[in-house]
Amino acid sequence: MKNRVVITGMGVCAPNGVGLETFTEALKNGTSGITHHQLLKDLNFSCQIGGIPKISEEKKREYFTDLQLRNFNASGILYGIIAGMDALNDSGLSIANQEDEPNWDLGIVFGVATSGVEKFRESIYKLDEGKVRRLGSTAVAQTMTSGVSAYLTGMIGAGNSVTTNSSACATGTEAILMGYERIANGQATQMLCGSTGEDGPYIWGGFDAMKVISYKFNHNPESGSRPMDSDASGFVPGSGAGAMLLESLESAHARGAKIYAEILGGSVNSGGHRQGGSMTAPNATAVRKCISKALENSTIDASEIDYINGHLTATVKDPEEIKNWTIALKRKGENFPYINSLKSLTGHCLAASGSIESVATVLQMKHNFIFGNKNCENLHPSIASLISSDSVPTEKISATIKTAIKASFGFGDVNACIIFRKY
Amino acid sequence: MTSEAIFKQLIPIISTYLPEDVSKDTIQLDSDLTAELNINSAHLVDVVLDVEDAFEIEFANADMEKLRTVNDAISIIQTKLTN
Repeated sequence: MKNRVVITGMGVCAPNGVGLETFTEALKNGTSGITHHQLLKDLNFSCQIGGIPKISEEKKREYFTDLQLRNFNASGILYGIIAGMDALNDSGLSIANQEDEPNWDLGIVFGVATSGVEKFRESIYKLDEGKVRRLGSTAVAQTMTSGVSAYLTGMIGAGNSVTTNSSACATGTEAILMGYERIANGQATQMLCGSTGEDGPYIWGGFDAMKVISYKFNHNPESGSRPMDSDASGFVPGSGAGAMLLESLESAHARGAKIYAEILGGSVNSGGHRQGGSMTAPNATAVRKCISKALENSTIDASEIDYINGHLTATVKDPEEIKNWTIALKRKGENFPYINSLKSLTGHCLAASGSIESVATVLQMKHNFIFGNKNCENLHPSIASLISSDSVPTEKISATIKTAIKASFGFGDVNACIIFRKY
Repeated sequence: MTSEAIFKQLIPIISTYLPEDVSKDTIQLDSDLTAELNINSAHLVDVVLDVEDAFEIEFANADMEKLRTVNDAISIIQTKLTN
C-alpha cells in the first residue's frame, strides 16, 4: 500500500513574480515577466527578449550570508534557494540546528540543466591565463550540477536522499515525481522538490542558434511568447525556480499542516528517438503513453480532468501537443478540459518550467481560477479544429479545478506527467 | 612592515570568513584559523587570495602548508615583503 502524498509548502521565483502572493497576482492579472535585454542585443542575438526574475540585493541577503554571497555568481542557485527556502518555510517544517543530527526523513530533489555558467565563464578566463589558483574555493560548489541541492541541505539540514535530476525541460516535473515516489514508497516523510534554470546569453545562445526562438517581437517583448496562437513562431527563453514541499498525508495530519493539494501520481518516460522522435522532437506515441500511464498510475479516468497545464512552448509543435492530449485523454471539441500555458507570461523557463508551472497549477486549484492565455489572439487553426476555443480562455476565468494534469516534454525525447487533486 | 601593522590589516580580511557565531574580537595572534576561529578549511584558500591582493605578494604551496595561525600568516607575509 502506497503512502498518500500531499503538498504542504510552495515557493516560486518566476520572471513575473517572486513569492507566492506576487506570483498569484501576476497570474490573475496576466502580468508578463518578459522584457528586452540590451546584452542580448549587443551580442547579436536573434531573440533579444527573455524572462528573468527581479531579485534585489536586499532580497538576496534575506537568504544568504555576506560570506555566501562573496564571489557568488550562479543565478540558478540563487533562484533555487529562494524558491526552496520559501517552500520549506511555507510548510512550517523547522530547520535542524547546526549541532543537531540532520532531519533523516527529509530529502531534496532539485533539478538543474546547467549550473553556474557565469561562474564557469569567469573561471575559464582565469584558467586560460594560467591562474588556476585564483579560482579560490567557490568554483566547484557553484558549477557542480547538484550545487543547488547542496546549498539547500546546508541551509535546512536534510538527511535523506539529497540529489539533482536533469531531463532538460521535463526536469521540474520529473523532480516532483521523484520526490513523490520516495514518500509514496515509504523511503522519506518529506521531500523538498523543485527545479531551477539560469538565464543569460551563455544559457540561451544555443537555442538562439537553433532558430527555435521568437525573434519578431524584440520591440514588443510582452507579445513575444504566443502559445497556441496562429502567429506562434518560437519560444521566448525564461529562467527562475519553483519548489514544493511534499509530505506523507499522515505526517501532514500529525503536524496539523495546511495542505495545498494531493499528488495522485504520474509518469515519466522517453520516446527513445524512435517513431519520429529525435533529440529535439517528441515521439508522439511516447507523449500519449506518458499521459495515459499517469492517469492509470493515479487510478483516475480521463473524464475527471478539469484542467490541463500544458507544456506548450509557442513553437510549431503546439498543435501536435494538443492533438496528443486529445488522443491520450480521448476528449476533444467541447468535451476538452480547460488548458493554458504559463509560458505566455514567463517565457520558457527550461529546466525550471515544470516546477514553476506545477506551482501555478496548484495555485489556480487553491484559488479557484484559470489564468488567461496571453497573446493567444487567434487560436491556431489546427488547434481550433481539435478543441473548442472555450477550452482556451484568453482572460482569467473563475473555475473549480478538482483534478489537474500537468505535463512537460524535454529535449532528448523525454516526458513527465503529473496529476494533482484538490484536497 | 611591523607585525602589528600586518595584524591590523589582517583582521578585516579574516573577519569576512568567520562563521556568524564567531566575533571578530576573538581574533588573536595565536588563534588557529580553522580549529579556533572555525573558518571553513575550504575558505583558507580564499583568505590567502585576499591576503595576496592586500599585500601584493604570492603564497607558494609550501606557505599554505605552514599556515595554521594568525601569527603564521604574519611571518609568511613579513618574509615575502622583505624578499
